[in-house]
Formats: sequence, structure tokens, C-alpha cells
Amino acid sequence: MAPILSVKDLTVRFSTPEGEVSAVNRLNFDIEEGDCVGVVGESGSGKSQTFMAVMGLLAANGRATGSAKFRGEELVGMPIARLNKIRGSKMTMIFQDPMTSLTPHLKIGRQLSEVLVLHKGMSERDARARAIQILDRVKIPDARRRIDQYPHEFSGGMRQRVMIAMALICDPELLIADEPSTALDVTVQAQILELLQDLRTQEKMSIVMITHDLGVVAGLCSKVMVMYAGEFCEKGAVGEIFHDPQHPYTRGLVSSIPRLDKAEDGRLIAIPGSPPNLQRLPKGCTFQERCTHVFDRCIAERPALTGFAPGRAKSCHLKGFDSTGAVIR
Amino acid sequence: MSTGEVILSVKDLKVHFPVKGGGLLSGPRMLKAVDGVSFDVRAGETLGIVGESGSGKSTIGRAVLQLIKSTAGRIVWLGQDIAGLSRKAMKPRRREMQIVFQDPLASLNPRMTAGDIIAEPLTIFEPELSPQQRKARVQEIMAKVGLLPQMINRYPHEFSGGQNQRIGIARAMILKPKLIVADEPVSSLDVSIRAQIINLLADLQKDTGVAFIFISHDLAVVRHVSHRVLVLYLGRIMELADGGALLGHPRHPYTQALLSAAPVPDPSVEAGKTRIVLEGDLPSPINPPSGCVFRTRCPIAQAKCAKEVPALESRGGDAGHVVACHFPST
Repeated sequence: MAPILSVKDLTVRFSTPEGEVSAVNRLNFDIEEGDCVGVVGESGSGKSQTFMAVMGLLAANGRATGSAKFRGEELVGMPIARLNKIRGSKMTMIFQDPMTSLTPHLKIGRQLSEVLVLHKGMSERDARARAIQILDRVKIPDARRRIDQYPHEFSGGMRQRVMIAMALICDPELLIADEPSTALDVTVQAQILELLQDLRTQEKMSIVMITHDLGVVAGLCSKVMVMYAGEFCEKGAVGEIFHDPQHPYTRGLVSSIPRLDKAEDGRLIAIPGSPPNLQRLPKGCTFQERCTHVFDRCIAERPALTGFAPGRAKSCHLKGFDSTGAVIR
Repeated sequence: MSTGEVILSVKDLKVHFPVKGGGLLSGPRMLKAVDGVSFDVRAGETLGIVGESGSGKSTIGRAVLQLIKSTAGRIVWLGQDIAGLSRKAMKPRRREMQIVFQDPLASLNPRMTAGDIIAEPLTIFEPELSPQQRKARVQEIMAKVGLLPQMINRYPHEFSGGQNQRIGIARAMILKPKLIVADEPVSSLDVSIRAQIINLLADLQKDTGVAFIFISHDLAVVRHVSHRVLVLYLGRIMELADGGALLGHPRHPYTQALLSAAPVPDPSVEAGKTRIVLEGDLPSPINPPSGCVFRTRCPIAQAKCAKEVPALESRGGDAGHVVACHFPST
């Protein structure tokens, strides 16, 4: 089957007072129907900007080139009027901070039903009934009463549910969630993840989960794409990425997190240094300064993302790592 | 592990803030941020405080340092009750207890160089030092926290988040304090930088014997750095135990829910896990539930829980593992 989203050579550049910054560099990937893909990276890795570009939501100084096709239709450079028919209805996005994404002076019900009236041409009355139904779906207690409340009357977790309700109300085919649970407490985060899990299994929704939290990815996603300095460093199925990572950065990430399920003491294995400045990227591999396995070729030549097993790819000059973690030269 | 002498002993600490509202004659309503909390900290140990937002964890940290006034209770520091001490009487104690904040950039003065920021506590508490001596001390601590000597004249905005947190740690460490309150010291840092800072704090503790109160919402991080862990909910302690015991054998239903809710970075563990999902949100600390404050979200609450406040006791378990629940797991 054709992928729901197909991205080719996508590049995002921002013009800043200090010159052009390339935030996302020639990405290629597909999101298949029913997939739940985790996009993992640190701040500045380009994980959010990739999907802001797909949604046509880049800041005014940002520019996307390349191609991003949703169901075969090119999104890059699409006229706003056409884009507005797709985003918010067939393809929707939820963000980290639900308070800044809701309009504070409009009742929740109005904010929800507006989309239906606009996108689907429903009557106000039908739209309201559907809004109550969708609030029930995301488990807002007492939806019939709460629909007439304002955002400030909702707690953080409830607001994120409203955001998800808003994203779901037009039955989207693709949901892009950008750190949807990061601002929430652990117990509330668990509620939101449970809800996304339901959407995935019961409604077969395709989900892209953008996050820095590997725990969230492990629980929800089937595939993972790891980003570093605007590029993919590794892609694979979730089990492979966690149990047999083949890029030194992925290995570092996985081993640097303290684990609750293992009683380990002593030192964490930290990745030295910090992410590179995007304006002064080295000629070779962007991870070279922090990599403990760096050799001549890494400094001379940027490794391309190359497939090495079915469904797996990495951008690294090393041959790989064996099951004991030793480098295969 | 925690065999050192007790340096801090907090007894029935309460911190209440007046808030707007309430009737004309009823007086101001009180927000009970911390409501009857007791614990000890021993020399050289790390006590982790874990809780969700609004649980009062930061308030405890600040009250211990007397950065905010406590409403009731005793804070005994090296044998002296410091609760309610005047600013002047408190000042000599300040060099013994320091704080590291969550947002490194926001907690550093942007117009001071890294060297001046780190040296500031010295200029206040050891004014007799010559400029050369002061610079030597600054360079010594910079080396210890992993900052290069040539960074001494740079400004905070020229550093990364992780490096700024190192500056904050150097500033806290330069007076060789006995206790540092670390309030979410790694939460605003990138994943790959967090491990560096966690390792740094462990190294500093090994070298200097400093004790930490490590405050975080991240159970895995708290578990990793702490000898003992205190679980806080709505201003009260739910459970307090050695890190290993708390993790391997949680007895309070809230601790159990917290543990099961925290995502584990391992897909095979996640797949086999049954998550205890708590309903609803944290109740308001202005009008907390009667009896046990956790009962409104507790999966095993019974009638007794609404009537009686459960005391923090060992309840048939190890003496060092206390739990505030009428029906704890055995």
C-alpha cells in the first residue's frame, strides 16, 4: 500500500541575523498506514521542525524545500487555502503546551465545533453534539457540562485531552503529536499515553510521536527514527533500536538513562560534550566530536543514511556493533 | 551508606500560604503546600524527594534553607533550630547549606562572568582572601566541575545548558557546604547531558562528603542518585525508604502507581507491564481531602481512609521503611 506520508529530500532553513541555519537536512522517510513512529532527538535536532514543515507551520523566517506528499499530494509549496483543507482535518498536530494552543476567551465547545462547521459544513447543533461525543471519547468526565467552560477551568491533563479531542474531531488519518505529555505529571502522562495507545489499537490511527523521552517511545511506538543535528542517525523497529542500537549516538542515548526497572548503582554512561552548533557543523560526521569510536574517515566524510538490514538504516562509517557492544571494524 | 551522623532533622514542618478568596469574616484561606513533614538527612547521603507538581517538594527545599518562612515545625541544622531565625542569625548557616536550581540560565546573572558568579559566595563569606587566592579557588572548583580554565571570563549566554548547570554547581560547592538542595537540577537539560550532571554530582559527593536533598519529578533519576527516597503527595509524605526497597517493594498505592506510570525505556518491559492509571488530577491543596489526602484517587480506598489520617509508620515492615497508608502492601 502507498504510504500515508512520503517525505523526500526535505530541508528546512531559517534565515537569522547570524546567517542561514539548516535545521533539517535532506530527510527521506515514509509513514505507512497504521504505523506509530517515534521521532527521537534532543533540542535542536530538527525533530519538531521537520513536522512543522510538513504541516506548513514554519515560522516566517523558515523555508522548506524538497517534497512531502500526503496521500500523493505535494504539501511543500501548497497554497494555504488547499493546505487548510488537509491540515486540521486529515492530518492534525498536537503540541506540548496545551494552554498556549487553546484560545483563552473562547469556550471549549466553540473551539471544538468551529472545526466541524468550517471543515465539514456541519450545523452548529450537530457540531455541538459531535463535540460532546468526542470529549467523552477522550474521557473528559461530565462532557455535557464542561463543554461550556473556558480553558482556564481545566487542569493541564484535561487541556491536553481537549487538544487531542480537537485533533480527532474530523477523524484524521494522521496524528502528529509533538511532546504531548512532556509538560504533564507522571500519573497524568500515563493517562494521555493510554489514550493514544487506544487510538492506535482500536481506531488504527497513524501516529507520529515526537519526543525526547525514550520511555514514551518504548511504550507506544512500533518504529523509531533517531535525529541528530538535523539528520537521521538511525532508523529501525522499536525493539532493534533499544536492544541492538547500531549508531554510537543511539547507543549512548539508550545507556545514559537511569532505569527504574533495574537496580543499578554507580555511574551512568554519559555521552561527552554537547550537541554541535548548527551554523558551524563539521565537514564529516556531525557526531564526531562526541563519538568515542571516531576515526579518519568520520572527519573527512559525512556518512550517508544507509540501509543495512530490512527496515533498518544508519549513518555511520563503522561497520556496526556486535551483541557484546564491541565495534565490528 | 547512610551511616553518617544526622546533620538535618525536620520535624512536623508546615508551610501554609494565605491565598485570596474566602469570606469577609472567615479570614484568608490557607494553601497547605507542606503539611506536617518529618525527615532526617545524614552527612554524605542523598535524600531524594519525588512528587508531582503541587506536591510541595520545592517548598520543602526552600523552607529547609529558610528561603521561605515555615509556618510551624522545627528545622534542626547541626543541633540548632533554624526555623524562624532572623536573616542576620541565619547568615553564618548559609555557607553550610546551598542550592542548585532547575533552570541554569535563569539562575545566573547574565551580566556577570562565570568567574565572578562562582566567586561571589567567596567575596561574601571570605572577604579576607586576596584576588589571587580567590581566583585560585575559583579555578580549582571549575576544574572539579569540568569547566575549562579559559572559560572564566565568559558570560552565561556563551555556555550551553549543561555548562551553565556546572557553573551553578560550582557556585554552590565553592564554600564547601555540608548540604546542597538540588531542585530539579537536570530536568531542563537534554537527555545526553543529564547523565553527565548526575555523574558529576555523584563524584562531588564522593570527594567532599556533601549531602544532597535531590528534588525531582523523575522517579528513575531520583532512584539512581538517592540513598533514601521520600514520596510526597499534596504536602504529605506517603512513603520513605531506602531507594532499593522503595523500588523493589513499594508499599503505598501512590508509590505503586507512580512506579507503574513512569515509562521504562525498554519496549519488552513496556509491553509486559500493567499500568495502574490513576483517575483524575491532584486535588487542591487549599481544600485537601479529609483523612488520607490520596484517597480520592486511590484504587483501594475504604471508608476509614476518609475519616482518619494515616500516620507514617513502618506498619509491620522494616523499621527504615515507613508508609502512610491504612492498607499498605505487606
